[in-house]
Amino acid sequence: MTTVAPVRSRPIVGWAVHDGIVVARRNLIQSIRVPESLFFSLVQPVIFVLLFAYVFGGAIPIPGDGANAEEAANAYRNYLMPGIFGQTVAFAAAASTVGIAEDMRKGLIDRFRALPMAHGAVLIGRTFADAARQILVLAVLSITGFIIGWRITGGLLNAIYAYLLLLLFAYTVSWVGSTIGLAMPNPETASTAGLAWLFPVTFLSNAFVPISSMPDWLQAFAAFNPVSTLVLATRELFGNPTGIQPDYWPLQHPIPYTVMACALIIAVFATLSVRKFSRTTSK
Amino acid sequence: MSDDKAVFAEGVVKKFGDVVALDGMDLTVERGQVVGLLGPNGAGKTTMVRILSTLLTPTAGTARVSGFDVVTQPDEVRRAIGLTGQYAAVDEYLTGRENLRMFGDLYHLEPKYVKRRSQELLDSFDLSEAADRSVRTYSGGMRRRLDLASSLIARPSILFLDEPTTGLDPRSRLGMWAVIEGLVAEGTTVLLTTQYLEEADQLAQDIVVIDHGRVIAHGTAEALKDQIGGDRIEVTVVNIGQAGAAADVLRTVSTGEPAIEEGRVSAPVSGGSTVLVNAIRALDVAGIEVSDLLLRRPTLDDVFMSLTGHAAEEETPVVAKRGRRGRQS
Repeated sequence: MTTVAPVRSRPIVGWAVHDGIVVARRNLIQSIRVPESLFFSLVQPVIFVLLFAYVFGGAIPIPGDGANAEEAANAYRNYLMPGIFGQTVAFAAAASTVGIAEDMRKGLIDRFRALPMAHGAVLIGRTFADAARQILVLAVLSITGFIIGWRITGGLLNAIYAYLLLLLFAYTVSWVGSTIGLAMPNPETASTAGLAWLFPVTFLSNAFVPISSMPDWLQAFAAFNPVSTLVLATRELFGNPTGIQPDYWPLQHPIPYTVMACALIIAVFATLSVRKFSRTTSK
Repeated sequence: MSDDKAVFAEGVVKKFGDVVALDGMDLTVERGQVVGLLGPNGAGKTTMVRILSTLLTPTAGTARVSGFDVVTQPDEVRRAIGLTGQYAAVDEYLTGRENLRMFGDLYHLEPKYVKRRSQELLDSFDLSEAADRSVRTYSGGMRRRLDLASSLIARPSILFLDEPTTGLDPRSRLGMWAVIEGLVAEGTTVLLTTQYLEEADQLAQDIVVIDHGRVIAHGTAEALKDQIGGDRIEVTVVNIGQAGAAADVLRTVSTGEPAIEEGRVSAPVSGGSTVLVNAIRALDVAGIEVSDLLLRRPTLDDVFMSLTGHAAEEETPVVAKRGRRGRQS
């Protein structure tokens, strides 16, 4: 062929972002074309809200609660919602794990890697789309919370900060999830492995129970678990009850600790996954 | 000078742990040429294509594509090539048109050009009616055509086709062949891997036969056929007891020792149909009753059999491969 295909000029944002957006657009179209997957990613956190609010709600005392049972249950719901938010965005990682594993099976990874596109754009697009989907998830969760009595009392600006922090965390764990996905032999294994680590990480935190109620050795782990500081930060920003915090630095400074932890995790896992990606071929 | 070759590879070795997938492969493809890389599963075909398309790095040796080194200049190589692998590597949730747009964008092509070129490819690959349907609704043949179209969006001068018709029904296979022949007519350089001898014979001018990660023969289909001794005459006798007598008769017209297998006697000959007529006369004179008699040009199957000692479509009995890497043929 004699004609040469015309190449466009470099966009201001750079090729990595341009290519990342192209891939993210593809991943988001996928979520729209498979409404079932989006539906179930919304249903699961809603079920958690209802389970915790009505089944465990009365049994978990929050220090500093009101005196009567009605007030205690209400306090727990306000305590619970940020925990559910934190757990839900953490589970965004599982979608990334499965998504990457599926691309590898379909042979798409080979095609992407044989294109002159930016290194890592497939991963940037994946993590970006998976975090973006959480906007809808958080909206549905917030409405559910509102119906069962959750209220934002910390002001609008703080609430916006809380949602941004949650999205940052979703983006962060998507890098962890993608890294795991690249190491998996098939999507079936990926869907198990993608979830396995998330249960201890989200439950060994203050998402559902106060850290002060845990044994000492577990308190240390939970205090440094970024899920705890994320949840604590969102509780503070939404103006929800926080309970009494044991004396650990991250729990005294939850917002800076969460942001720093996210930055560190992204740096480590982006490096690992981009390196792994450039050596991966379809399975 | 290796830089004006479309593909120039020398002594390429690829090891996966203890398994040697490529064991010193040499390969040259001239511009505008169609070369068929022929070999059984596990011979190293896919590994070679993956190295040439920058997906794998060789353990040793050098490879240049369009004059660029696959290890040190991968981006330049990627801009020059199109790759169609064994799977239809398209997104099944997107429509055909959306797939082409995505790949065009990732080649960093002008959006207007991508739009025009996509329509052109959809039309010429008989996909325009299905262009705005999700790929999930496509047949296997349509997916492969879209896959091929995706690798052509940037008009690459070199195209790697890794088993482009594996798993297709005969009609879709013929359709794929027609499409590939069209590209070749336009001047695209094609390196094609296949385990179907028929396919290599049909599409490629030059055939490189590989086995166990090494080139074992190289040449045109005709040259390879001649290499194992040209035509053979084959006689099937009615009465097996006469097979020996038939062999004696054939010896008078053949260029080599006849082989007897049950009631079938075959012998290498030269001289084409005259030999056939002579053989029939001699057999008649000797009173041998013949149920079948034919002059056979060797097929590439025969070539493969004589070169490797096993049939082409048989799995090469190599060491177990690392399962997680899938097929490394």
